[in-house]
Amino acid sequence: MAETSRLGEGVRAYWLIAGMWIRSAMTYRTSFVVTMCGNLLMTGLDFAGILLMFSQVDSLGGWGLPEIAFLYGLSVTAFGIADLVLGSMDVLGSRIRDGSFDILLVRPAPVLAQIGADRFAVRRLGRITQGTVVLVWALASVDVSWSAAKVLLVPVMVVSGAVIFCAVFVAGAAFQIYAQDASEVQNAFTYGGTTLLQYPPSVFGKDFVRGVTFVLPLAFVNWVPASYVLDRPYPLDLPPWAAFAPPLVAVACCALAGFAWRAGLGSYRSTGS
Amino acid sequence: MGSWRLYAAVAAGGFRRYATYRAATFAGVFTNTVFGVILVYTYLALWDEKPHLGGYDQAQAVTYVWLGQCLYSTLALQGGGAEKDVIERIRTGEIAVDLYRPADLQLWWLASDLGRSLFQLIGRGVIPFAFGALFFPMALPTDVMSWAALFVSLLLAMIVSFGIRYLAALSVFWLMDGMGIMQAVMITGVFCSGIVFPLNAFPGVLGDIVRALPWAAQLQMPADVLMGETDPLGAYAFQATWAVVLLAAGRLLQSAATRRVVVQGG
Repeated sequence: MAETSRLGEGVRAYWLIAGMWIRSAMTYRTSFVVTMCGNLLMTGLDFAGILLMFSQVDSLGGWGLPEIAFLYGLSVTAFGIADLVLGSMDVLGSRIRDGSFDILLVRPAPVLAQIGADRFAVRRLGRITQGTVVLVWALASVDVSWSAAKVLLVPVMVVSGAVIFCAVFVAGAAFQIYAQDASEVQNAFTYGGTTLLQYPPSVFGKDFVRGVTFVLPLAFVNWVPASYVLDRPYPLDLPPWAAFAPPLVAVACCALAGFAWRAGLGSYRSTGS
Repeated sequence: MGSWRLYAAVAAGGFRRYATYRAATFAGVFTNTVFGVILVYTYLALWDEKPHLGGYDQAQAVTYVWLGQCLYSTLALQGGGAEKDVIERIRTGEIAVDLYRPADLQLWWLASDLGRSLFQLIGRGVIPFAFGALFFPMALPTDVMSWAALFVSLLLAMIVSFGIRYLAALSVFWLMDGMGIMQAVMITGVFCSGIVFPLNAFPGVLGDIVRALPWAAQLQMPADVLMGETDPLGAYAFQATWAVVLLAAGRLLQSAATRRVVVQGG
């Protein structure tokens, strides 16, 4: 009971802070529209990179353009949602260094909600929009005999993927408490992770794929369930039911990230300056 | 002679300033290495599909990837060097103080940015490159001359990079806000410098255009010089022409802009 009320409190605090940032962004509407368009263009660049590659070849690692667009759309949309919700986590390091993290600790609201909603940026909708457009194009273009399970799996993938990326953000934030200044290490896992998932697993070395399946389970964002949808062999010969594991993996990731976050917060000793 | 000492000191200051952030440097090395590995795998798959894409063999494609990761922050391909400071100083009006200094504004910031570039090359660039050479097949020359040729090309690339970003920063005198122009620097830098995809492998007319733009002087030219894919003298001429054009344009814009500061009354 105490847990659920604390969760409710966190969500409430999150919306209050996020709402404040949304109102402040809407004050300068032109500027908001411009940055939103810029964001859309910028995130569109990596898909332009993929299109450039396909201007020279017909397939990559045995996968065609619509299939890779499917991977791309899933990865970018899921990451975009996580980035919208928790993308401000990388300011944690600088907040610890300048001492303003301490202020968050004494406020009567969960720290995670405060940090997550800090500088909440609506312009991040740009990435989600771009990812969704590619995903819709991919869904219309891939050569798949759709079944009810496959259709249902697509939204499940997006949501579970977003939750898995959220867990990575939280774990990264916990690591920042220890390392104090390592937002770029976090980028390697968040931005690096979403870039990685834009290409088929057949492109990468086996040990590399093992790492992102069993150690940092990013493979469950799209590689494994997408293999089921597209009737491709599963990476690492995983059993057939693995395609339906993403929600479970997401819950497990959240539990681990929550644990890491509590441990990080417990060990925090302020900067002393 | 005395003024050269001044600019050398400014450059050393730029170097030391970035050398202070050790944790950030380590984090950057890690990130560049991770991205390098991801990119190398995709390039290997790509060159598997189409050997000699863009005139490169597989080892050359791998070399291109790691040189790109090495030069990513060295050349501030996505922005984030001296232009950040210039924009901030224009926005706050502190640039007026700079104009009273007994030093040339453009040379001052060029020296500071070269110091930064040099640190990023040593601090952030060398380790990902060495990692790449250790774990992936690369096409590296064994003679000293090719490496010397690379360094000349790198120096010119640094100047071109500064030239582009300085022009962008000066535009803030008119725009008043740097957000949009920084985004433009980022988008053009990522797309036209060849960090996503080698400019040699861009198709058709699009390829002809991007290979003629100043961004080609930053990663594509040094890479081709290192791997002996182009005549160094031709590459230098291309880079130097753009360096002169950009610096001259910067100088023109700067004098127009500083007149504006005086009109405003500081």
